[in-house]
Amino acid sequence: MSDITRDEVAHLADLARIDLSEAEIDKLAPQLAVILEAIDSIADVATDDIPPTSHAVPLTNVFREDVVRPGLTAEQALAGAPATEDQRFLVPRILGED
Amino acid sequence: MSDLTRRSAAELAAALADGETSSVELTRAHLDRIAAVDGAVHAYLHVDAEGALAAARESDERRARGESASRLDGVPIAVKDVLTTVGMPTTCGSRILEGWVPPYDATVVARLRAGGLPLLGKTNMDEFAMGSSTEHSAYGPTHNPWDLERIPGGSGGGSAAAVSAFAAPLALGTDTGGSIRQPAAVTGSVGVKPTYGGISRYGLVAMANSLDQVGPVTRTVLDAALLHELIGGHDPLDSTSIDQPVPDVVGAAEQGATGDLRGLRVGVVKELTGEGYQAGVQQRFDETVALLVEAGAEVVEVSCPHFVHALAAYYLIMPSEASSNLARFDAMRYGLRVEPEGVEAPSAEEVMRATRDAGFGDEVKRRIILGTYALSSGYYDAYYGRAQQIRTLISRDFAAAFEQADVLVSPTAPTTAFKLGEKLDDPLAMYLNDLATIPANLAGVPGISVPAGLADGLPVGFQVLAPALADDRVYRVGAAVETALTGRWGGPLLDQAPALPTTEVAR
Repeated sequence: MSDITRDEVAHLADLARIDLSEAEIDKLAPQLAVILEAIDSIADVATDDIPPTSHAVPLTNVFREDVVRPGLTAEQALAGAPATEDQRFLVPRILGED
Repeated sequence: MSDLTRRSAAELAAALADGETSSVELTRAHLDRIAAVDGAVHAYLHVDAEGALAAARESDERRARGESASRLDGVPIAVKDVLTTVGMPTTCGSRILEGWVPPYDATVVARLRAGGLPLLGKTNMDEFAMGSSTEHSAYGPTHNPWDLERIPGGSGGGSAAAVSAFAAPLALGTDTGGSIRQPAAVTGSVGVKPTYGGISRYGLVAMANSLDQVGPVTRTVLDAALLHELIGGHDPLDSTSIDQPVPDVVGAAEQGATGDLRGLRVGVVKELTGEGYQAGVQQRFDETVALLVEAGAEVVEVSCPHFVHALAAYYLIMPSEASSNLARFDAMRYGLRVEPEGVEAPSAEEVMRATRDAGFGDEVKRRIILGTYALSSGYYDAYYGRAQQIRTLISRDFAAAFEQADVLVSPTAPTTAFKLGEKLDDPLAMYLNDLATIPANLAGVPGISVPAGLADGLPVGFQVLAPALADDRVYRVGAAVETALTGRWGGPLLDQAPALPTTEVAR
């Protein structure tokens, strides 16, 4: 289970939308293998009857009244944007060329 | 003037109340200290002299009118750069957020401002709080004030170094796997990770939501309690915030300082001592446990058999949550935008890939890839699902241990501060620093680290853990340890730290 190949790392980087260079993939693959080997120790620790915990403190959904309350202005929301136009976020093209 | 920076926040608050000093005077003293030592320590990423002095002037005016916004009104503070601040950059130690000034304050920051505390600036950290040494900051490492060639711990090395270099009396940190407590241990300061949900996470840039917790970074236990009291309590803006009053942490610190622990049951966690712990660290720990016995506590050994799997579970849960959280850095709405080289009219997705490659550092990429792997189909059950089950087993271990003891104790970190660069290329060795701190995050329970002495001239930390919502207990025991040890040393441990090289300050 702990083996992680170069190709797998490249695929994961693709899923995570990170343009890793060849050199970065070469460096990451063996490091991840070492980490995964250490993590593998947990495989046999818990039997299926142990329930999973997602949060340490039990939580229920929290609701509030559906009333208008102050939020960010458009100017504030756009203040950190890399590019804006007409009070909107300006983004690169979304669709492919064809 | 410089002696103002050596005093505790509680002493400074008293000096302000007596009219012995003004907030402007002591804020200026700390800004001068920052200018003098931060070239060598690099605890700060951003210093806001003008903003701090303006807040100090307001505090002095308020006091002149006979009003006070809080017990710490006028006492300056530093804030970890992972908490959003209007008017100051929030970079999280990452290039991807270089220069970003948030449009809103984190709730804890808003509470500091409302309490009248001048904000000195933002402190350095491992990128997105991923690390145990502050070496993963995109803006260069912070240096340990005890030995500038060594790490100050991480991820909150900046906050811990700021208080231990007397460049701030108080600081805020965040703790996901030990990022408040481990830096406190290796810098000879005090750090508290409160109960999960005890302090608002609104405006804390998330690494692992189910583990992240804001907490105080200080030089004394009472100061930590005063800060905890100010920033703690329910926040409707954080849906995981606990809707219950903050325990009487200040009262508990004062009670603990009397040095009387009669009636208290202390559990030494068998799995968090012995093998893997540096001899000097173990020695200071054993001596501190003996002091608890002298103070009247009853000490028992407890076993938490699943703690040995905590590190592995943590390194699945944390990267999984981090990989989804960091998806928000997409180059579209804020932060860095980099266009790929040699691509004409690149698509949004190509820009996203290029930006995330240029903007994230090695450790962040490592954890995103690891998390993406653990969450991918076919591996989810074997990794993420299993890790969540371990989390249940660790919580059960805690529950059983707290049947036998009121608090649990261990060394905070397995070693003293190591040399900068020593573990940079060995991620697993780096991860082992959090061995003793991680279980508390997985179970959501509170913990404190207080100085326990020196091993080979470097600070050692003593950790106290308590059941969820019983934060007051860690303050009581922490304060008792502090009282007993400072009595033996003839003053705070930090008095033994070597003088820092200073830069001449022109005013």
